[in-house]
Amino acid sequence: MELTVQLLVYGILMGLVFALIALGLSLIFGVMNIVNFAHGEFMMVGMYIAYLLSTYLPLDPLLSLPFAAGAGYLLGIVSYRLLIHHILRGPMVAQLFGTFGLMLFLRYLAMYIFTPDVRSIKEGILVGKTLSMGWINVDASKVFSAGVCLLAFAVIYWMIYRTKLGRALRATSIDSEAAKYMGIDTKGMNALAWGIGGATVALAGALLAHFYYVTPTVGMLFTLIAFATVALGGFGSIVGAFIAGIVIGLIMVISGQFVSELKFSFIYIVYFLVVVFRPRGLFGW
Amino acid sequence: MLKVDKIRVHYEGIPALHEVSFQVNQGEMVAIVGANGAGKSTALKAIIGTVNPVSGNIVFNGKNITHQETPGIVRQGIVYVPESRHIFGPLTVEENLLLGAFTTDSDKEVREHLYHVYQLFPRLKERYRQRGETLSGGEQQMLAIGRGLMIRPKLLMLDEPSLGLMPKLVTELFNTIALLKKEGYTILLVEQNVKEALELADRGYVLQTGRTVHMGEGKKLLESDIVRKAFLGL
Repeated sequence: MELTVQLLVYGILMGLVFALIALGLSLIFGVMNIVNFAHGEFMMVGMYIAYLLSTYLPLDPLLSLPFAAGAGYLLGIVSYRLLIHHILRGPMVAQLFGTFGLMLFLRYLAMYIFTPDVRSIKEGILVGKTLSMGWINVDASKVFSAGVCLLAFAVIYWMIYRTKLGRALRATSIDSEAAKYMGIDTKGMNALAWGIGGATVALAGALLAHFYYVTPTVGMLFTLIAFATVALGGFGSIVGAFIAGIVIGLIMVISGQFVSELKFSFIYIVYFLVVVFRPRGLFGW
Repeated sequence: MLKVDKIRVHYEGIPALHEVSFQVNQGEMVAIVGANGAGKSTALKAIIGTVNPVSGNIVFNGKNITHQETPGIVRQGIVYVPESRHIFGPLTVEENLLLGAFTTDSDKEVREHLYHVYQLFPRLKERYRQRGETLSGGEQQMLAIGRGLMIRPKLLMLDEPSLGLMPKLVTELFNTIALLKKEGYTILLVEQNVKEALELADRGYVLQTGRTVHMGEGKKLLESDIVRKAFLGL
């Protein structure tokens, strides 16, 4: 019983982080039908920002969150304006290799600057602390991270479904030609999707850095998990990414308890089953 | 008000319009008729800025808008209601209408225009919370036009509004267009329904394979040899 509850709690906490990582990938795909292979590298940038600010400046890693989100936003916008905007005119394959190239560029730039050394955040208000609630013990940084992810999701959801800007973003994702006729700057909307995507995933990275090691190649695993999450939730669906993130978190934590070496395999088994039996995902159009 | 002067448009090197010229005066309804592929829609898309002319000029209220971006053109009061309607299917009727007012910053104005559109199309008011894609073809056309009216356009361009509608609804549609004309909207209509369009229009242009071949008052044009032979099969 204790173990079950403990696992469920951990699964949900991790799931919320996965959900926030997947949010941007899903949003960018929804708005412009592009798969961003560099998504995990955006996250890695957020992790390094948290690591650097808390290690070389007298800042608590928590204070790095807004910096990571801001840097992610800029990275998203700049990637769109300098690269994505141009490759959109090319064939599908060019778009695929374009974001793939961006991934390699960011990953090996990080390798050059930081070396492949594995690093971790050693100090911080929440780092290494445990919260005990009755007989359940949970990592304080995971609880906090999950809370921030929930809040970030709420903000993005509100922005997309309750504001004029969000309505324009949805219109662009449904029919960008018609959106243009409404006077919507659709290129601006694409850039905004990349900005939000970059900000949310970098924020997730800065949270993750509280309890996960930082290396230049850390993005690889999380990009794959995000792909599985988005496929399960349905490409382009915000609610789908949220639910699927939690499902993936639960699958990973529960299967990890029994066959630890295979915990990621179970995620890909789910991914495979979804692609075969319900290719549009749980909430896809 | 709108003056299109010798515009040429190419699609990947293939000419779609050769030096097409026409104009629309304030308060006027002008119809552009012609067979499929004559370049009628291309002319409207050149005005709204989604295709770029290789030469020629488009002047609106004294301002050259030939190479402006679409949002800027919409902000000057030109609205394009596209062929095959392009409703935002998953969004509600009201969300579709509000998107039509995207370039309007004043909430008060948006509410007034929404009220106006609902008066004009009570059916849309009844269904304001329904998803656009659940409407019938005729209702979707109403929604597309209503969405276009949300900024009270100075120039309303309708691209083949009767396409895919059954005959009864086509009559209804032309009644609506007549009503808009009476309300004082300046309208530029592109149609394959040559007879109805020219009967209603103040003036008309006949477009054939990317050229303006004929121009005249709507009813006179309808009686002209070229229209009778080419479109009415008389």
